[in-house]
Amino acid sequence: MGEILLAIKNLNAWYGESHILHGMDFEVREGEVVTLLGRNGAGKTTTLKSIMGMVGKRQGSVLFRNRELIHLASNRIARQGIAFCPEERGIFASLDVEENLLLPPQVAAGGLGLEQIYELFPNLKERLRSQGTKLSGGEQQMLAIGRILRTGAQLLLLDEPTEGLAPVIVQQIGRTIERLKKEGFTILLVEQNFRFAQKLADRHYIVEHGRVVEMVPGAALEANMHRVHEYLGV
Amino acid sequence: MEIFGVPTQALFGQLLIGLINGSFYALLSLGLAVIFGLLNIINFTHGAQYMLGAFCAYLLLEKLGLGYWWALVIAPVLVGALGIIIERTMLKQLYKLDHLYGLLLTFGLALVIQGVFRNQYGSSGQPYAIPPALAGGHNLGFMFLPTYRAWVIVASVVICFGTWFLIERTKLGSYLRAATENPELVQAFGINVPRMITLTYGFGVALAALAGVMAGPIYQVSPQMGADLIIVVFAVVVIGGMGSIMGSILTGFGLGVLEGLTKVFYPEASNTVIFIVMALVLLVKPAGLFGTQK
Ligand SMILES: Nc1ncnc2c1ncn2[C@@H]1O[C@H](COP(=O)(O)OP(=O)(O)OP(=O)(O)O)[C@@H](O)[C@H]1O
Ligand SMILES: [Mg+2]
Repeated sequence: MGEILLAIKNLNAWYGESHILHGMDFEVREGEVVTLLGRNGAGKTTTLKSIMGMVGKRQGSVLFRNRELIHLASNRIARQGIAFCPEERGIFASLDVEENLLLPPQVAAGGLGLEQIYELFPNLKERLRSQGTKLSGGEQQMLAIGRILRTGAQLLLLDEPTEGLAPVIVQQIGRTIERLKKEGFTILLVEQNFRFAQKLADRHYIVEHGRVVEMVPGAALEANMHRVHEYLGV
Repeated sequence: MEIFGVPTQALFGQLLIGLINGSFYALLSLGLAVIFGLLNIINFTHGAQYMLGAFCAYLLLEKLGLGYWWALVIAPVLVGALGIIIERTMLKQLYKLDHLYGLLLTFGLALVIQGVFRNQYGSSGQPYAIPPALAGGHNLGFMFLPTYRAWVIVASVVICFGTWFLIERTKLGSYLRAATENPELVQAFGINVPRMITLTYGFGVALAALAGVMAGPIYQVSPQMGADLIIVVFAVVVIGGMGSIMGSILTGFGLGVLEGLTKVFYPEASNTVIFIVMALVLLVKPAGLFGTQK
């Protein structure tokens, strides 16, 4: 097993007055794909944003390569080698596809080259001059993932990359994640679609009311399906 | 010679004045648009900062003997630096609050700055001589073109389109546009957005100061010069659409020319025509000619 890359301990987070995360604990090892599963509003997105330093107030500990990130501004956190792909995709309307793709600055050596990204997502190459938000939902998701692969960040935080997409596109994104794993990326994935997550992940953490309530190893998900269903309310 | 019953000399003369005024409208509304886009603050201090640019040029000449060309560089840097201090110490506190607070603060600052200068220099204007290299003019046959005025128009066009190019066509500009849409995400990509905001405000303010230096030899250098102009510039910004770069440039020049032509054909309306256009645009297209609803 790889070294621990990201260790979250007793993480608390607030939006204004509302206390959302109540002591999250989990870890991600180098080269792993780890998922956060949980109902709507459980705090999965907030967890990713807290790691990135994008919420108003945080407490506890976020260790990345043994370095404490809890007091850093989000631009400094990104520069440590973490990249974030938000749930709403965050494609910029005033930028064309190429500008969107080139926007995130390189934070470390070892990112994918443009040609490799076009090879993963051929649609993008044909649409470089289009306005970012004129792409289809699936293409926007490809763009949102593609643009963080260039940066050289080793840890990718992906927030529901398959939300609202057609099955073919979901498959394509699944293959991409497998491929990224092979290339040595570490991925923390938020998913509602746990059939999708099941095939990819080494471990699952189930989140409820801003806490991790259970860890399920990837292989054991099938055996624990009834409990997972209960937690997720499906 | 006459066109529509108006002597060509008068027609082109007013057209030139319109273009000159339009140059200043464009430069100032451009700065306002850049600032509003990223900071979401309507910078009411803009007129005072334009006036500071002009006074800076005047004082550089009076106290240090540094002429126009020096002033073109030094005044924007000094006034821009003052803007950076204002942003770091005051505006920064307001980003999470309603628009209204930024408006009140910048309006208050404008009154303070203008008050200080009125106290010191009185309300009457100080003349600022045209630099020797740009003195004189050319007789074009149909009109007389003073060199300095031609310079102001050309320089404004170059600065405006240079700024447009910087924002719309360069990598740096793509950061700025992206941060205008979603600053949190841009910062989470590793870009120091707070610093970008500070520098953007400094840049917008420096543009106002630069316009102030160029205005010195045309209008007089007076504490009131910014306050008089800024009202019209806000109308220009409303017509063009808040935050649109190209919109503020084209509207600035366009309305300057419209005002000049009105002076020829219906002088009674020349002071109000911009406000009439503003009212009409607000009725038909509330977001402005080039604006998109935020
Ligand atoms: N910007 C915000 N301001 C205030 N409260 C927020 C904000 N964003 C989220 N919340 C609240 O925080 C809680 C957790 O939200 P979060 O987005 O982390 O959930 P999630 O697990 O990602 O849900 P989903 O599966 O629907 O994306 C919710 O109760 C939500 O209402
Ligand atoms: Mg979410």
